[in-house]
Amino acid sequence: MARRNTGGKHAAGLVDDVGAHVAGRTPPSAFLEVRDLRIHFPTDDGLVRSVDGLSFRLERGKTLGIVGESGSGKSVTSLGILGLHNRRNATVSGEIWLDGQELVHASPGDVRALRGRKMAMIFQDPLSAMHPFYTVGHQIVEAYRVHNDVSKRVARKHAIDMLGRVGIPKPDKRVDDYPHQFSGGMRQRAMIAMALSCDPELLIADEPTTALDVTVQAQILDLIRDLQQEFNSAVIMITHDLGVVAELSDDILVMYAGRCAEYASVDDAFHRPLHPYTWGLLGSMPRLDRERSERLMPIKGTPPSLINVPSGCAFHPRCAYGELNGGRSETERPELVEVEPGHKAACHLSLQQRREIWESEIRPKL
Amino acid sequence: MKSPKVVASTAAGLVALSLGLSACGGGDDDNGGGSGDAKFDAGSTGIVNASTQKGGTLKMAQPDDFDSLDPADMYYAYALNFARLYSRNLLTYTSKPGDAGTAMSPDLAEGLGVPSDGSKTWTYKLKRGMKYEDGTEIKAQDIKYAVARTFDRSVLHNGPSYFTQLLDAEGYKGPFKDKNLDNFKGVETPDDYTVVFKLKAPFSEFDYVVGFSGQTAPVPAAKDTGARYGMHPVSSGPYKLEGDYQAKKGGVWVRNPNWDPATDPNRKALPDRIEVQSGLKADEIDNRLEKGDVHVDLPGSGVQAAARQRILTNPKLKANADNPLAGFHWYIPINVKTIPNLECRKAIVYAADRSAMYRAYGGEVGGEVSTSIQPPNVAGREKGTDLYTKADPNFTGDPTQAKAALAKCGKPNGFSTTMVFRSDRPKEKATAEALKQSLDKVGIKLELQGFPSGTYTNEQFGSPKFVAKNNVGLGTYGWAPDWNTGYGYLQPISDGKAIVDTGNANPEELNDPAVNKMWNDVVSVQDPAARAKTYNEIDHKIREQAAILPNVYAKSLLFRPANLTNVYFHAGYGMYDYVNLGVKG
Amino acid sequence: MGLLLIISAVTYAIFFLVPRAAGVSSDDIAGRFAGKQPDAVTLAAIKDRFGFDDPVPVQYGKFIKGIVVGDTYDTGTDKIDCPAPCMGYSFRTNQSVTEQIVDRAPITFMIALGAAVLWVIAGVSIGVLSALRRGTIIDRAAMAVALAGVSLPVFFTGLLSLAFVVHKWQLLPSVNYSDIGDNPFNLILPWICLAFLYAALYARLTRAGMLETMNEDFIRTARAKGLPERTVVFKHGLRATLTPIMTVFGLDVGLLLGGAIITEKTFSIPGLGQLALDGVYQSDLPVVLGATLTAALFIVLANLVVDILYGVVDPRVRHS
Repeated sequence: MARRNTGGKHAAGLVDDVGAHVAGRTPPSAFLEVRDLRIHFPTDDGLVRSVDGLSFRLERGKTLGIVGESGSGKSVTSLGILGLHNRRNATVSGEIWLDGQELVHASPGDVRALRGRKMAMIFQDPLSAMHPFYTVGHQIVEAYRVHNDVSKRVARKHAIDMLGRVGIPKPDKRVDDYPHQFSGGMRQRAMIAMALSCDPELLIADEPTTALDVTVQAQILDLIRDLQQEFNSAVIMITHDLGVVAELSDDILVMYAGRCAEYASVDDAFHRPLHPYTWGLLGSMPRLDRERSERLMPIKGTPPSLINVPSGCAFHPRCAYGELNGGRSETERPELVEVEPGHKAACHLSLQQRREIWESEIRPKL
Repeated sequence: MKSPKVVASTAAGLVALSLGLSACGGGDDDNGGGSGDAKFDAGSTGIVNASTQKGGTLKMAQPDDFDSLDPADMYYAYALNFARLYSRNLLTYTSKPGDAGTAMSPDLAEGLGVPSDGSKTWTYKLKRGMKYEDGTEIKAQDIKYAVARTFDRSVLHNGPSYFTQLLDAEGYKGPFKDKNLDNFKGVETPDDYTVVFKLKAPFSEFDYVVGFSGQTAPVPAAKDTGARYGMHPVSSGPYKLEGDYQAKKGGVWVRNPNWDPATDPNRKALPDRIEVQSGLKADEIDNRLEKGDVHVDLPGSGVQAAARQRILTNPKLKANADNPLAGFHWYIPINVKTIPNLECRKAIVYAADRSAMYRAYGGEVGGEVSTSIQPPNVAGREKGTDLYTKADPNFTGDPTQAKAALAKCGKPNGFSTTMVFRSDRPKEKATAEALKQSLDKVGIKLELQGFPSGTYTNEQFGSPKFVAKNNVGLGTYGWAPDWNTGYGYLQPISDGKAIVDTGNANPEELNDPAVNKMWNDVVSVQDPAARAKTYNEIDHKIREQAAILPNVYAKSLLFRPANLTNVYFHAGYGMYDYVNLGVKG
Repeated sequence: MGLLLIISAVTYAIFFLVPRAAGVSSDDIAGRFAGKQPDAVTLAAIKDRFGFDDPVPVQYGKFIKGIVVGDTYDTGTDKIDCPAPCMGYSFRTNQSVTEQIVDRAPITFMIALGAAVLWVIAGVSIGVLSALRRGTIIDRAAMAVALAGVSLPVFFTGLLSLAFVVHKWQLLPSVNYSDIGDNPFNLILPWICLAFLYAALYARLTRAGMLETMNEDFIRTARAKGLPERTVVFKHGLRATLTPIMTVFGLDVGLLLGGAIITEKTFSIPGLGQLALDGVYQSDLPVVLGATLTAALFIVLANLVVDILYGVVDPRVRHS
């Protein structure tokens, strides 16, 4: 595979890896480690760089929230980890290590064997994500039996069990219902039951609550948290909703234009954020305690094109503080720098400047 | 995008090409292809593969179907020809090649009809010992019954209606509505073997009326099933139906052991079995004919364009083809009501480009340029002299004379009229276009209108009302006689009495007192030669009136597979004689 | 039943009411029945026999009565019982139209169903293969052939195959199929030619449907569950793709059951299509009426079957 070479080249010390491991094909100690992941889609209009050099790690029992606007590469990343990109129209490079096994260069069959069993995903819109012609039970049974050599009867019992555990009433009846017969929240629970049917060690939830109303949202998040504790899974929570992240995550990875803009613990991210984009996200987060007269502060401009990513810092056209460093943002791409232990950001502004701006300009308005 | 028409014609071209190739390559089989002694057109005048060898299965095929198998309920010449395989009439056409075939000869009867009472009474004596397929004897009463049933036109509607017109049985409704046969006075049976026809008026050609159709074929009243008799007509001939006839599928005939060949000099009945397949595509029939898989193309009107091409370009195939005059004359009636002035009609005849019209019908193989209206195989017909036109394949019209005639007509700048034709017949379309072009040169403007052949002769050109309403001045037309005399040919198309509201065969609407009188008188004339003289005069008069523009005598291209024996063109039916064919091997 | 009534009313209007409104007289209709010599006596007798001069509603009532409770047919010598559904008797052959249709229908069924099996198998597999190998040589070649197939009518492929397979290379005998008892292998050419046309269409439909389905979220879910690609494609992908195709399929078969006119004509097979076509050629009104009604019936039935099947296949329809 030609990709293997490019992967190696990019991995050669370009990025300060989150895990501080020596670059190369060395198994990391972390449960999940992503190194310099690049997922590009060649199109007629040009190369779409959906994910362009992303690295992070995650341990069992921990939750990582990946936030960012639409098109920032969150979902592409999660599909990339599961190996769900069609290799004929996507170029994937870098390394993904899951429990000591590298996935990017593994055979499709090997990755498939891990999917659903070792790593599972909860999709955004359960109505379209479930097959309309098969019963919910059938779809769970199918997921279970593909990895477990059990009879249909046993699998069915397991499915009912799972449905019960995600809080679906009368699971022995509902197991034979079709997805369209479920309410939105119930469907999402069923989806979770399906994802968890094989006790995955890595659970990726892609906007699991977006389509749901607020009360149901909270229930679902509680459910995910409870189940995570029960199974001791590693969870990646993909969302554009910082509230969800605040509730569930240990760490936050803020993505912008396919790259990591800031990586921090939840506490740091909410109280000491070091990237203007993160400020923007915080500013546009609706809060119950905010006065009505105070307006949201949406981020100016639109997300960048992934084909012609802006030069320098991809965020500079929308950044209010870019000129503070004499135009460097427009020409030079900022490296992701670990400013404090476990807190990294990619910004040309000095740490001092950023802390001042945060304290004086941003925080008071939130 | 190519239009569907282009694709279709390309397809047709490819198919024709490939078929041509296949025909050239298929020389190794014994059945189709060439044969030693057969020569092109040999069957038009003599017998090809003369044989008396019995046995084998004669396979016949047709794209559509008989109008009926009830001999009394059919009008197609080929059906009448075919019906003789399982039915016998009082008289029938003589089974001989050449012009002899147009003469009547006794079939069930001992001899031709004996006229009396000035040709108003015709008496026929039956031969003895003839039987139906079930062994019962054929008697005179059965023939009376057969004729009687033709009076119910609501049940038997396909056949000719001569008996209802000629016989003295006014008001008789037929045996289905009037169960007492004694009420039918048109036919008398003094004894079991004598049939006497009573006519309203003298009719000297009554033998032809009796012999040309199947309406004197005996029907046992007990076995009559009325409208459905055609599904299983009771045989009086050499073959009987095995089971019922399946309309549009076909049927099988086997030998009728009760038929006595000694009483029947006209039928050789060589094959043991006859199979008819209906609904086979015309082109497919041609293909199978060439291979010898099918022996006879039942309609007998000749092969299709694709096969025509193959046959005429391949000497081997051509040796097995005949090109006889089919009995049709394709001519152009000129309506005397729409164009009442003789000079104007003459102008049309003068201006007509006979050469182009001839070519429209396929030139030499398609026909012969005509002079008289009666085609050559009509008994006693004379060629006549050309009037206002020339029977010459190179004659392209005489615009000078045409203009002179127009001037006399008082329309020196010409006039406009409508010409109709059958839109599904390319030759008629080409003829109409040729005529339009040549008349255009003298200022006569034709508006061409095509109609489907299914309704053309009944509802358009055959309807005087339609003709008058649409200013139809002329149209394409063709006519084959019910029987081959001048009366059979000319009377229906030129007698004023023959003009009817629908299905009018006299679309020129000629109602000339002199001609009408000649028709009234000629039916009493006993001498055939004297009658023929009158017919030729009428022929001349029609053309003198410029009521008909002669065009071409049709020639058909018939193919006889090499394994077909005893083949000859029968002038009475205008195709091969179906009761005398045999098969080899 | 109500639908059938509508169909018969429409059919009747087309054949009797509308022509009369357009000025076609009962004489003209009787003329269709009469043969070469439609003289006044003949026409009057025919009009009297069939009641062509009766008011149109009366004639229509008679027609419907024949279909619902049967009728009798006067052959002159006796009255034949024509049990329901009686669609009258052919002007040309004097056979019961119903009998003719019952006789012809199995032949058309053989053509349609044989071809249907072929085209579904061929069309769907080619379509799936093409969709999975999108953009490859296989896909392009298959779609080129499919385009040819869609553009080539049966009379072209049929005549061509007859010319080469039967006449030139003589791979198959020039046999015919005229009865349900005949060797069904004799239908191989018509099947292939008819199936070619439809297979091409279905390949394109399947390919398009498959491409769309394989982009669906539930396919991604199926993959995320770790299902083998085979299961994903055939169980999850094809099932969803085939459901709308099934609708088209049902209608196509229904349409063909009413008579595969061009195929039957090309291969000289006496099915319902030939019956209808001959009826048109020969102005055999009862046959045209009966054949049209039958074709309409098959389409209605096919619609019904598709509706029912749709409920079976798509639970969303069943529960709504």
